[in-house]
Amino acid sequence: MTAWRSITLTGWGRALRGKTRATRPERARQFVSAVDSAGPSVCIYGAGRSYGDDALNSNGATVITARLDRVRDFNEATGEIEVEPGVSIGSLLRDFGPQGWAPPVAPGTGFVTVAGAIANDIHGKNHQAVGSFGAHVTRITLHTGAGKTLSLIPGQEVFHATVGGGGLTGAILSARIRLRRVPSIWIKVRERRMTDLTAFVEAFAASKAHYSVGWIDATAQGMGLGRGILEEAEATTSPSAERTRRARAVPLDAPSCLMYGPVVRAFNAAYYRHIPKTGRTRVRPLSAFLFPLDRVHNWNRLYGKAGFHQFQCVLPEETALHAMLAEIVASRLASPLAVLKRLGPGRAGLLSFPMAGWTLAVDFGAGPAAAKLLARLTAMTLDARGRVYLAKDALLSPDAVRRMYPELDAFREVCDRIDPRRRFSSNLARRLRLREPSHV
Amino acid sequence: MFNRENWLILGATSSIARAFALQVAAAGSDVLLAGRDMEDMSHTAVDIGTRHAAVAADIVEFDAREPSMHQSLVETLATRAGVINVAVFLGSMPSQREIDADPDLVQGIIADNLVGAISVLHRIAPLLEARGTGTIIGVGSVAGDRGRLKNYVYGAAKAGLHTYLSGLRNRLGRQGVQVVTVKPGFVDTAMTWKEEHRPLVATPEAVATSMLQAVRQGRNIVYIPWFWRWIMLIVRALPERVFQRISF
Repeated sequence: MTAWRSITLTGWGRALRGKTRATRPERARQFVSAVDSAGPSVCIYGAGRSYGDDALNSNGATVITARLDRVRDFNEATGEIEVEPGVSIGSLLRDFGPQGWAPPVAPGTGFVTVAGAIANDIHGKNHQAVGSFGAHVTRITLHTGAGKTLSLIPGQEVFHATVGGGGLTGAILSARIRLRRVPSIWIKVRERRMTDLTAFVEAFAASKAHYSVGWIDATAQGMGLGRGILEEAEATTSPSAERTRRARAVPLDAPSCLMYGPVVRAFNAAYYRHIPKTGRTRVRPLSAFLFPLDRVHNWNRLYGKAGFHQFQCVLPEETALHAMLAEIVASRLASPLAVLKRLGPGRAGLLSFPMAGWTLAVDFGAGPAAAKLLARLTAMTLDARGRVYLAKDALLSPDAVRRMYPELDAFREVCDRIDPRRRFSSNLARRLRLREPSHV
Repeated sequence: MFNRENWLILGATSSIARAFALQVAAAGSDVLLAGRDMEDMSHTAVDIGTRHAAVAADIVEFDAREPSMHQSLVETLATRAGVINVAVFLGSMPSQREIDADPDLVQGIIADNLVGAISVLHRIAPLLEARGTGTIIGVGSVAGDRGRLKNYVYGAAKAGLHTYLSGLRNRLGRQGVQVVTVKPGFVDTAMTWKEEHRPLVATPEAVATSMLQAVRQGRNIVYIPWFWRWIMLIVRALPERVFQRISF
């Protein structure tokens, strides 16, 4: 027995929204019955951290997994853990970190759920070293649109369609993942200024650190194009003096002028200079390093009522980065949140985002100018044989996705086999025709 | 010597109860989850026991409407060493419309929210009294402060619970046992999911945190979140003639 009510859900970017019939089961049994009774169109919504519309289902049904957040089993010897879909990555680090185990892959926010991490085959700051989240999943229990419950292991086609599959293969009832041994809940972080894009690329290429990530000043022009801060981090046993700060929260929509060009430029310049010229090394709590976005709750309100888009692409070669960054800087639309990272080849799903190369992520306040810029950046990504991350996307076209994700047809076949009535859907799936044959 | 803390969680399948159990376990207490849905509670117990390896999380079947279970629960509890604390989350809240259509529901609501709680607490009280320590925290409601048009049967049961806890506090306080009455406002739970979105709604985690804080501060009656204290001060002060015309 679950209660349904009509609500409007948004993606994290708050630019896209969907009115839907929703329920939020709290017990495992209720989850299955909610999915079975959801009607002809159903979508699973976790923590709402996908930026665009991949968890929205306008005029359909949505089952929210936020309250299905229990650990079902844990092996202290191997670190293998079984969890319900709504368990957050951050809570795993909080509770198992002190026991010597950490999530193998962590995104920039700890609020992301395990099922969301699987459905988007997320990557972290250690992607080169350990691959994507899906590589650490040993079993998925999936409830399909046909009402069947499947137990999936790596190697099976349905497993690899579910990993990175945006929730379109069915509802993840539980998942087993291998946590990673950590010597402590602290991490030694080295931060260095990168004077321009060339310096950045060289430093990344030379880096042997387990974790590496770059903040990039997407407003700096000319000689400083692509300048930023490179963070490299390694496990450590020495504790940090840094106190865990209580997160602040943005209570209301900010005025839209906050992300006005000169304000962002001034902020970025100051942020760049807060790292000494000679760099610095300090020991930090692992959670503070992994989840920088969680220092401010509801930071998506900073973009005001209109919301924002994040553009994230991966490019196999660094050559296209320069032109892309120049385009972004020239637009004067970028916010302070811009990230450059190297990715390894690790991917575990048919629609997984990662490929060996470089990933660039930049936030833009939503509006017609941003839409035009994103169209240009998408074209540049296609030219460079790269791809755009569906978990962030709001504006791609079906044709672009077909070219970026060559295994899309195989994915469609798997979906149709286990969910012939195509009950599992989302606004993103319909916008990009992910579940329709390619000749349509 | 280190005195082990136990928390008995009555009505352990509710989301506030689960959040509360996780928080007391994080602080090092053993927990005993009591409720009807054994399968669901077993999932919660594993969750607590794995996240907090140093604590024991056990489950016991308990039905507010079955007095025979109340006695056996007290016997189980008596075997536990250390400090015994009790948190009462028992309750149910069908909509007023459902009750109006089927007045037979009234018995169950009073049983779940009031009679069951009194019946079990009255059996546990001597145990805490004998040990001369411990805490009882009962979850009432702002709806128990004044008859709300939308749920006054539920409110009547909660008002009864407030009065009972007040008397129990008077009795057990003399023996070093703390009794706390919490009155949450709107909380985002499964019970309230169907209702329209409300302002001022609190998460189960925030309510649980405030409950624990109230215990630590030795409070008697707390509104959660805090501002409800002032809202209810006004609501309670309204003359009945005025109150009749507003839909609180």
